[in-house]
Amino acid sequence: MSETDDLYQALIMERARSPHHTGALDPFDAEAEGDNPMCGDRVRIRVAYDHELISRFQHETRGCAICVSSADLMGDAVIGKSGPEIAELAEAFDAMVIDGRIPDRSEFADLRALAGIHAYRSRHRCAILPWQALRAALGKAMEYQNG
Amino acid sequence: MSAAVKSVGFDVERIRSDFPILSELVHGKKLVFLDSAASAQKPRAVIDAMVRTMETRYANVHRGLHWMSERCSDDYENARDKVAAFLNVAREEIVFVRNATEGINLVAQTFGRTSLKPGDAVVVSEMEHHANLVPWQMLRDQQGVELRIVKITDAGEIDWDDLERQFADGRVRLLAVTHMSNVLGTYTPVERLAKFAHDRGARILLDGAQAVVHRAVDLRAIDADFYVFSGHKLYGPTGIGVLYGKRALLDAMPPFLGGGDMIRSVTYAASTWAEPPYRFEAGTPAIVEAVGLGAAIDYVQAIGFESIAAHERSLTDHAMASLASIEGVHTLGHAQDRGGVVAFTVDGVHAHDVATLLDKQGIAVRAGHHCAEPLTHRLGLESTARASFGIYTTHAEIDSLAAGLRRVQQVFSR
Repeated sequence: MSETDDLYQALIMERARSPHHTGALDPFDAEAEGDNPMCGDRVRIRVAYDHELISRFQHETRGCAICVSSADLMGDAVIGKSGPEIAELAEAFDAMVIDGRIPDRSEFADLRALAGIHAYRSRHRCAILPWQALRAALGKAMEYQNG
Repeated sequence: MSAAVKSVGFDVERIRSDFPILSELVHGKKLVFLDSAASAQKPRAVIDAMVRTMETRYANVHRGLHWMSERCSDDYENARDKVAAFLNVAREEIVFVRNATEGINLVAQTFGRTSLKPGDAVVVSEMEHHANLVPWQMLRDQQGVELRIVKITDAGEIDWDDLERQFADGRVRLLAVTHMSNVLGTYTPVERLAKFAHDRGARILLDGAQAVVHRAVDLRAIDADFYVFSGHKLYGPTGIGVLYGKRALLDAMPPFLGGGDMIRSVTYAASTWAEPPYRFEAGTPAIVEAVGLGAAIDYVQAIGFESIAAHERSLTDHAMASLASIEGVHTLGHAQDRGGVVAFTVDGVHAHDVATLLDKQGIAVRAGHHCAEPLTHRLGLESTARASFGIYTTHAEIDSLAAGLRRVQQVFSR
């Protein structure tokens, strides 16, 4: 179906079918959930730190192919990164979803597979939901560290 | 029924030509619109009636002492007459509201807050749209009434044994139930439900948002106490809906909203209320939309519900058979009496992905929980896709849906 190759690319289908980072990480340093009440999609993220860098990441995602693959590709992109670096990445990802322009950064070698979602406005939230959950998890971790 | 068989006396191509939007292209493809249960498309007759009102006969209603206001008031009240005849009730029993949702909220906040006391119970079914669940939850929390949920069977019909149990303690004062499920397509046996409720001292409210589009509704025969529907699902405009209430019930109910048009007299100290239906129509109403709804009723009645129902029955049979023949596709809702709403799942493919991949083929379906989240969970699901039919739906469009679903499966099997 050539007309949807811009969205349902091989990498997205592969990660939706066989994600690399699924599970309920334990022990973990921070966790958060994101859900979309419009469709019932739900993402739970757990991360562990090593010297302020994310050393391990797992997600449990109940959702569409876009949501699952986005959570999984996010895992590839954020392992080894610090909180501020991830916040920057998340912003760049949001911008790509909205306008379709691929950021000139090495992390987007795979994340670019989701750029096609920009043409499907009703599906933006599917791609962004895992990043929102991750930001929530990192926010909690910050509170914990500062508290 | 095969795609070649057509309902007698029902010319779907001619009907389609009445709907300008059906000749639009989507993603460069012919639009296959299978989302009429969410909101139906509008025939030229409705569009023209609304434009004509705004171009030639428009002013505020019930107020102006001038020609335009009188003509426009006539048209607005004429729409009420059409609705009353359509449902076989009196015009004083027809309240114009924004939509079915507002109608139910009106009943909850007026009848509910004055006639139901703490300890009384309201019963709704497991297959209600949020519109016929949330207003009763709000009333429960405000008023201390109990909200009970009657079960449905796995086929998607009211579980009568459970209904008996819900009513057993004699505390139920209102049964609020759908006339046709927007997910399962089930028509509920409304005459029998009304009798059941009345025999036990309860009133019955029917959510007719889906049913009224597909079959003739005679509220005298049903003996409903309250009935609601929305104009936009009946090929009319958005922003106009109908609440029917039995005259004696409306007479006893306090206003819902306060303002102009709903009063008898006003002083700084206090006000008195107009008679129904005006008591419940505060402020300038949706005048142009009411005229549009009247035109929509004229339109469907000219076609006739007998042939509409036969056409949609044949479409539904064709859709259920076509989808069932695709391995990995599962239809929901197997009530004896069901209408043209077919929710389904596709193994291994989330409903959103189904909807997006169909959309790229020009096929519009809905995906999600269809504003019936508890029902979706009751069915053991998180979301479903839904194809729904209207008078302009063709057998060929259902064939397109079936072919489209096979392509969805191909994409997901790569």
